Amino acid sequence: MSLDIVVPVILTVISAATPLLLAGIGELVAERAGVLNLGIEGMMLVGAVAAFAVAHVTGNYMLAILVAAMAGALLALIFGVLTLTLVSNQVATGLALTLFGIGLSALAGAGFVGSPIAPLPKLEIPGLSELPFIGPILFHQDVLVYLSVALTLGVIWFLKRTRAGMILRACGDSDVSAHSIGYDVIRIRYLAVLFGGVTSGLAGAYLSLAYTPMWVENMTAGRGWIALGLVVFSSWRPLRLLGGAYLFGGVTILQLYVQGMGGIGVPAQVLSMLPYIATIVVLTIISAGPWRGRLDAPACLGKPFRPAT
Amino acid sequence: MSLRIEPRREISWRMLYLTPFLAVLLTVMTGFVVFMFMGYSPLQTLKSFFISPIMTGYGLAELGVKAAPLVTIAVGLAIGFRANVWNIGAEGQLTMGAIAGGGIALATFGQEGSWILPAMMLAGILGGMAYAAIPAFLKTRFEVSEILTSLMLTYIATLFLSILVYGPWKDPEGYGFPQSRMFSEAAIVPIVWEGTRLHIGALIALAVAVAAWVLMTRSIIGFEIKVVGQAPAAARFAGFARNRIVWLCLLLSGGLAGLVGTIEVSGPIGQIIPNLTPGYGFTAIIVAFLGRLHPLGIVPAGLLIALSYIGGENAQVEVGLPQGATGLFQGMLLFFLLASDFLVRYRIVLTRPAAAAPRREVAPA
Repeated sequence: MSLDIVVPVILTVISAATPLLLAGIGELVAERAGVLNLGIEGMMLVGAVAAFAVAHVTGNYMLAILVAAMAGALLALIFGVLTLTLVSNQVATGLALTLFGIGLSALAGAGFVGSPIAPLPKLEIPGLSELPFIGPILFHQDVLVYLSVALTLGVIWFLKRTRAGMILRACGDSDVSAHSIGYDVIRIRYLAVLFGGVTSGLAGAYLSLAYTPMWVENMTAGRGWIALGLVVFSSWRPLRLLGGAYLFGGVTILQLYVQGMGGIGVPAQVLSMLPYIATIVVLTIISAGPWRGRLDAPACLGKPFRPAT
Repeated sequence: MSLRIEPRREISWRMLYLTPFLAVLLTVMTGFVVFMFMGYSPLQTLKSFFISPIMTGYGLAELGVKAAPLVTIAVGLAIGFRANVWNIGAEGQLTMGAIAGGGIALATFGQEGSWILPAMMLAGILGGMAYAAIPAFLKTRFEVSEILTSLMLTYIATLFLSILVYGPWKDPEGYGFPQSRMFSEAAIVPIVWEGTRLHIGALIALAVAVAAWVLMTRSIIGFEIKVVGQAPAAARFAGFARNRIVWLCLLLSGGLAGLVGTIEVSGPIGQIIPNLTPGYGFTAIIVAFLGRLHPLGIVPAGLLIALSYIGGENAQVEVGLPQGATGLFQGMLLFFLLASDFLVRYRIVLTRPAAAAPRREVAPA
């Protein structure tokens, strides 16, 4: 295969992987702190509509991204108040957040359906962007792509190398112990959940500003749930999440390319099923394989905690 | 004087049944404010949301048409939720049930026979069950989260349905529209209220709710389900097989969702179309919680959520409220419900510092 085919393929894989990586890395941090937030899809949608609305009205993409992050965080805050302060069931609350986000984004975005915007501009790095092959791939991306990788590296460093990261993991692995040593488990979990909201909002912004620069109801199409699957796939390790997101980006793009080449004799819908089937298959392999015992789910994942007063 | 929160020794039954009303009240109040900010007359909007849709007999019948599928699915889901089995793919099981039942309707097109409708319903139940068996198998055999698998399967089912209606099942005389033929008379569910669209599905929903209530309160299986959900360790000790309960809950909820799928295509819709429902499979989750996961509580909860669907459509026509408002309020209702559930397990106590005793006389309790 010549370079002129390989480069566009890699570029599209990156663009399909970025929203999964962004949403996944935030959820990973929240889950390492012991909180299972099933509301990613809702937070992504609200982030997507917020980013699109701001970009459409003001044309300011940095502001759009910022507002999307805040919108995601705001929804995450609702989730935090319910599950952490009011000790509600995390599964039910996460589902409610998704349903709420779908409704809210549809309502807020009703006026924006069908209006186009220019895609999020790519950052040019003079000299480097013109390099053959690695230039367009490494040095000619938009800010959210760089941010997704930077956040992943930051989370690796944070969880492994910092004291705060260790405390956060302690909250996820043994909330009672962390509390008894004197850490404020609830506060730490709030921060982790808010971080998840911010990155989900960014993932939504990537979809409506860069991936397909428009607003369509329900445009996440299950990516929030795939991101949740990826966190399990990664066995809660950020580097594996990065690999998983790019693997799934590849599956998504493979399907688009086969469709683009006129298909291989099967209906287009069969190919569209691929990412969802792949999620199920991968989850099964991960759960069934010989490495099953080393899955390392945070011990307190999804369990409510309320310090005795 | 300060507020203190303390856990209750036992959950408060009074609060358990009061909180749904509190949640509805808070949702309506929030709606009032939201409508005002959006520039709609709040009273007018609330009226066209909650009151004017059910002022006619036809409106009441429509309430039943929409509540029936919600109640039937929610009853199945609630039993699973009680056992900590989170089937959130009811929408997919509904779709597969519609395909299985609708397939029989298309295969027997133009034929007469009183066996057709029962056969369709049976096929619908089996279709939903078979589809729910996938997450059940993966959960019991490999410990794969049923939340993620059942949801992924929903996307796959929708795409499968779209293959059929764009391909082999497309109506030959349908001018290319992606939909099947209209079913023949023998494949249409009977109407129970002449002149309206209220069909036998409403009676089935009530029967399902009562049967589930008997199952949960009067049978050993119902007891096992509750113990597995609330105290997994005790269930293991008592020898209750968790895997059996997982299978039971998923097959039951999948079968009911599949039945709903068949009834929807052979009733209100009358043919197979790409978008079968306005998300009944997901909204039923809200209905299940609003009904306190209690089969009989789910009936009024289903009616209320059905009203929000009809009210949303009505408000769209009468005051021009955007369609997304319905979903927003349904999600908000569940939020308020989950939040007010705090009062079931905790109490808020007013404590007064002893030094600053109140000077006013306290009325005798």
